[in-house]
Amino acid sequence: MSKSQLSEDVFTADVEAPLIAEAGKPGQFVIISISSEYSERIPLTIADANPQKGTIRLIWQRVGKTTAELADMKVGDEIANVAGPLGRPTHIENFGTVVCVGGGIGTAPLLPIAKALKKAGNKIISILGARTKELLILEDEFAQVSDEVIITTDDGSYGRKALVTEPLKELCQRSRKPDQVFAIGPAIMMKFCCAATKQFDVPTQVSLNTIMVDATGMCGGCRIEFDGKPKFVCVDGPEFDGHKVNFDLMMKRLNAYKDQEQKAYEQYKKHGCKIGLDK
Amino acid sequence: MTEKERQKLLQQLLEKQKTGKLKPADRYEIPPQDMPAQDPVKRRANVNEVATGYTETQARLEAMRCLQCKTAPCIKGCPVQIRIQDFVAVIADGDFKKALAIIKENSLLPAVCGRVCPQEVQCQQTCTVGLKFKDTGKAVSIGRLERFVADLDQNGDGTPTVAPETGMKVAVIGSGPGGIVAAADTARAGHDVTIFEAFHKTGGVMVYGIPEFRLPKAIVQEEIDVLTKMGVKIVCNFIVGRTRTIEQLMTEDGFDAAYIGVGAGLPRFMGIEGESLVGVYSANEYLTRANLMKAYDFGKGADTPIALSKKVAVIGGGNVTMDSARTAVRLGAEKVYLVYRRSEKEMPARIEEVHHAKEEGVEFHILQSPKRIIGDQNSHVTAIECLKYRLGELDESGRRRPIPIEGSEFQIDVDAVIIAIGNIANPLIRQTTPGLQFNKWGNIIVDENCKTSLEGVYAGGDIVLGAATVILAMGQGRIAAAAINQYLEKKKLDTD
Repeated sequence: MSKSQLSEDVFTADVEAPLIAEAGKPGQFVIISISSEYSERIPLTIADANPQKGTIRLIWQRVGKTTAELADMKVGDEIANVAGPLGRPTHIENFGTVVCVGGGIGTAPLLPIAKALKKAGNKIISILGARTKELLILEDEFAQVSDEVIITTDDGSYGRKALVTEPLKELCQRSRKPDQVFAIGPAIMMKFCCAATKQFDVPTQVSLNTIMVDATGMCGGCRIEFDGKPKFVCVDGPEFDGHKVNFDLMMKRLNAYKDQEQKAYEQYKKHGCKIGLDK
Repeated sequence: MTEKERQKLLQQLLEKQKTGKLKPADRYEIPPQDMPAQDPVKRRANVNEVATGYTETQARLEAMRCLQCKTAPCIKGCPVQIRIQDFVAVIADGDFKKALAIIKENSLLPAVCGRVCPQEVQCQQTCTVGLKFKDTGKAVSIGRLERFVADLDQNGDGTPTVAPETGMKVAVIGSGPGGIVAAADTARAGHDVTIFEAFHKTGGVMVYGIPEFRLPKAIVQEEIDVLTKMGVKIVCNFIVGRTRTIEQLMTEDGFDAAYIGVGAGLPRFMGIEGESLVGVYSANEYLTRANLMKAYDFGKGADTPIALSKKVAVIGGGNVTMDSARTAVRLGAEKVYLVYRRSEKEMPARIEEVHHAKEEGVEFHILQSPKRIIGDQNSHVTAIECLKYRLGELDESGRRRPIPIEGSEFQIDVDAVIIAIGNIANPLIRQTTPGLQFNKWGNIIVDENCKTSLEGVYAGGDIVLGAATVILAMGQGRIAAAAINQYLEKKKLDTD
């Protein structure tokens, strides 16, 4: 329906999926594959939904073959398979003061959650982090739903030169610490956010994006170790109490196919260039 | 026996039969016909079907081994009561079309069932010929005969006639064997049927689970095509419970009845240390990557990766275990170990699958089970630590209970582990369908007509039975469809 580039490697598109737009709730995701024969299935979070128009908004980062292929698609092209909404919706209630921490592409799934939390009467403090200014996304959207927005960049090119954990810690040190934290971003960021909030005993929800095949509970490839037991991100999550998640193991599982994925991406890039030359 | 010798033998037998001289003793002497198969060494490197099917002569000879005994114990062993001795008799006569028609009275998917039914514990277990030789392996090969006539019909006009439209809408949830049968039988009665499938492809376990080399996808697709020709609508990427709930289907979307055939669901893990290491798969994941997502073509078009392992341990003793082990062989593993805690006698897998797995070089480690899985600093699997077992008294399943031998720990070096010890019920329908009753294992409770606690909602297959077979799922699909047809007939009368 529409497509744009949010930063060098981050893209967004509104995709026609009326049933998912109607049924989708904050925290849920879809699984897509570009064609039916050979494409892989990847989970993408639903950043927004418009039930009237029958569209959902997807935001993704170009990290491998499938996300690059998706980025190369044009308005009007068809994604062969979009299934969802999957996962359990976020538990929304009036917690009081909620800190929403978004890192990189994780900012996208955080937005509908922040919106719903605001609607439920929470005071929202958003911390948005990126490596550098030009990779920061959705700042305006967050400004609309937040009582306070704190921006951090790793290189100091915009906002505070800090990791998101710094302001998060400061907020936890206030006399009235936050009642709830939502942290969505790279696994390493969520790990350190949880380590920070654990010291202050502030409940912290994280949303995990592990490798999935079917995303309906059937394969178990997405499993994590939660409180020492296996849990499936697709049907038990994607949100979990971050203080009980074994992030180290999760990060290793995320890298299970790193070499093969890298090779496929390289091949795609080469192939893509050839097509360019032919023209 | 060469094909020429077989033809000669068949001629002699037919002569005898014509003159009324063919005695049971002659039938006992006919050698059981082996299933022609791809050479084990060659097939290790391809995913094509292993068993290539009987020739016409083989089929007729095998059919002539049937004594046509009055009691027909084979029929009692068949979950859908196919008139076995009748279809075997007409195969012996060479009337293959009629044989298929007889099978189709009771079974919609003969090409599938002829391949994947566990005949040795069903129809062939009680076969008089097998009993005479005290060897079920020498029973009449009913399954192979079923497959033979089904395959002959590949391009036939198998589309059943459909009754006039009733205006009633039926939702079939899941496109596995039970769903296909339920859809066909309700469509035949003139109802407007829609199948909802969560995956992007139809066929359920027949496409994501059972490998190509055992059940070619094209065969499943033909059955789906028949449904489409009958007017059944198919909606993929539709997760009932998430995309729409059963309640929404029944109230807002105007469906008059529903059949839930969503399958088994969540893979069971062992609960041992190291199960989340990189390289540990559920059989569901391993097979789905390899089959449905065609990971064997990774880098040659397919985008879904799979661990390219050299030494693989597969845990379990069922058909899915054999499928996983044999898939690992085809993906290039040099060593594939099958680790099972009981003895080979207790294995639930079909004898033929065990035989094929061994032929392909799978090493059987029986009376052993992993105690923990060991990984390196990158959390990649490097070994499993196993315990040895001995067999004790009979347990509730009627098999001898495996008992670990203390202090018998030893290690096997592997770089992948596939856990194939069964499934537990998927909670999705339970979480999203208030009023539907489940037992303590999460399986849907139904009556003898597969009717659930909800009005107009029926269920069958693995979500009701726990892990079962294709034929049992089909049987339930058939029972449910009959009940749905009856229910809708009454509903129509009431509303008219």
